[in-house]
Amino acid sequence: MSDFFSMGGYALFLWPAYAVTLLAIVVNVYTARRDLQSARMEARRRLSAGSPGDPGRGQS
Amino acid sequence: MDWTWFHKFGSPPHVYRLAGVLTPWFAWPAALLILGALYGGLVLAPPDYQQGDGFRIIYVHAPSAWLAVMIYAVMATAAGVGLIWRMKVAHAVAASCAGVGAWFTVVSLLTGMLWGKPMWGTYWVWDPRLTAQLILLFLYLGFMGLRASIDDLSRADRASAVLALVGVVNLPIIRYSVEWWNSIHQAPSVMKMDRPSMPFDMLAPLLAMLLGFTLYFGAVLLIRLRAEILRRERNASWIREELT
Amino acid sequence: MSAPGMVRAAAWVVQRDLRLATRRPAQVLQPLAFFAVVTLLFPLGYTPELAKLRAIAPGVLWVAALLASMLALESLFREDAEDGTLEQFVVSGQPLTILLLAKTATHWLLTGLPLTLMAPLVGGALGVPFAALGGILSALVLGTISLSLIGAVGAGLTLASRRGGVLLSLLTLPLAVPVLIFGARATELAIAGDSLTGPLYLLGAVAVLGITLAPLAAAAAVRIGLE
Repeated sequence: MSDFFSMGGYALFLWPAYAVTLLAIVVNVYTARRDLQSARMEARRRLSAGSPGDPGRGQS
Repeated sequence: MDWTWFHKFGSPPHVYRLAGVLTPWFAWPAALLILGALYGGLVLAPPDYQQGDGFRIIYVHAPSAWLAVMIYAVMATAAGVGLIWRMKVAHAVAASCAGVGAWFTVVSLLTGMLWGKPMWGTYWVWDPRLTAQLILLFLYLGFMGLRASIDDLSRADRASAVLALVGVVNLPIIRYSVEWWNSIHQAPSVMKMDRPSMPFDMLAPLLAMLLGFTLYFGAVLLIRLRAEILRRERNASWIREELT
Repeated sequence: MSAPGMVRAAAWVVQRDLRLATRRPAQVLQPLAFFAVVTLLFPLGYTPELAKLRAIAPGVLWVAALLASMLALESLFREDAEDGTLEQFVVSGQPLTILLLAKTATHWLLTGLPLTLMAPLVGGALGVPFAALGGILSALVLGTISLSLIGAVGAGLTLASRRGGVLLSLLTLPLAVPVLIFGARATELAIAGDSLTGPLYLLGAVAVLGITLAPLAAAAAVRIGLE
């Protein structure tokens, strides 16, 4: 197992590379989902604030 | 020929719903492929005869570099469609691409440097791939900077679309010129991915990673696209039906 | 939209911009002074030894030319957009592409060409041998044409934005990388006394591609910026 983590002496470079990539993958999913969530909340707030969407702009 | 399928892609509510339905179909295969490729790349694949275990950085470097370039191509295509057919949804796609593209350009640079250190003995060498990638990062930053500096959304869409198209015409020339420059100055290049005979158990995880990253980008793009559409269509009536 | 009308309109644009430039000579001279000052900094900041300067001369010359031609870009479309001249271009019935190409050509006449003509002076200060000047001049002529064209696209794009300046450089400099590479290489070969046809062809190819495509992109950008 420690053989696996030492990666033939390349651990110092290999694991940071994987960590950076993992970070990018996680961050991009997280920010995208948070963005969608906040856009949804914003839209709900506008709806409940009683501003009826004008029907003319549905299919633009 | 029936073009209704095409016009449907111009309809925000349709694309919003379709994106919601499709997201898991991209996300789950992406997760499975990436996890499988991690196991294949880190455990099953044999060490390289020259680079030992260090070569395994390829499994994160190559897919990131691929995403960086591919996302720019997707962005420019969407920008072109938006410009030519005046399709708002296409502009929303282009706008959703830039951030992810810039992220993975940075990742490809960082993983390239981490690969370079044990191979070249230094983190940064003016390797043609890394250099071209660095210029690509500036193209992304220019695209995002231009968008951010224009207040009116429709003008920001179209101005940045023109820039993306100019960039995509330039990109091959930049890549060629950088490689040409490198061939003169003879900087070392270890990152030759096109080696003649990569054994199957090394190659398979790489291909799985490439496909997995591509699908992952698809999933992220779809989520970001939905948020973008919601914000752009804030006054449309279909949003009421959609959210209640 | 007859062809002679188009040519006449383009010639009129060139004449007008040249006349405007003679009324405001400072705007024309500043990029040139900038070019000279930047190159002067290298002997002071690095070494006065001509042999060492000669080694970095290609890079210094081209980076300075790049930055100097960037300086004059800000004013390329901005004033004409503000006083309504560009609006008149759009409604004139003449193709905007051609009119902008004429404007870009004038920009080159006022910056690219003088920069090129200054190169012997600046090059001499950097230890460039006299025999190399012919090659360097031809490379600079071709290269600055491309720089003006790329710059026109950037200037058009930033019309719509609140701030030009730094953003304009961020947009244009990455696109100018091939010109820098080919130009510096041509200069290097010229200084070494070798044949520089290779990089000259490449510079020419970039310039031709720029002349065909850049005015189209600039016209699209200006239309968006004027709304």
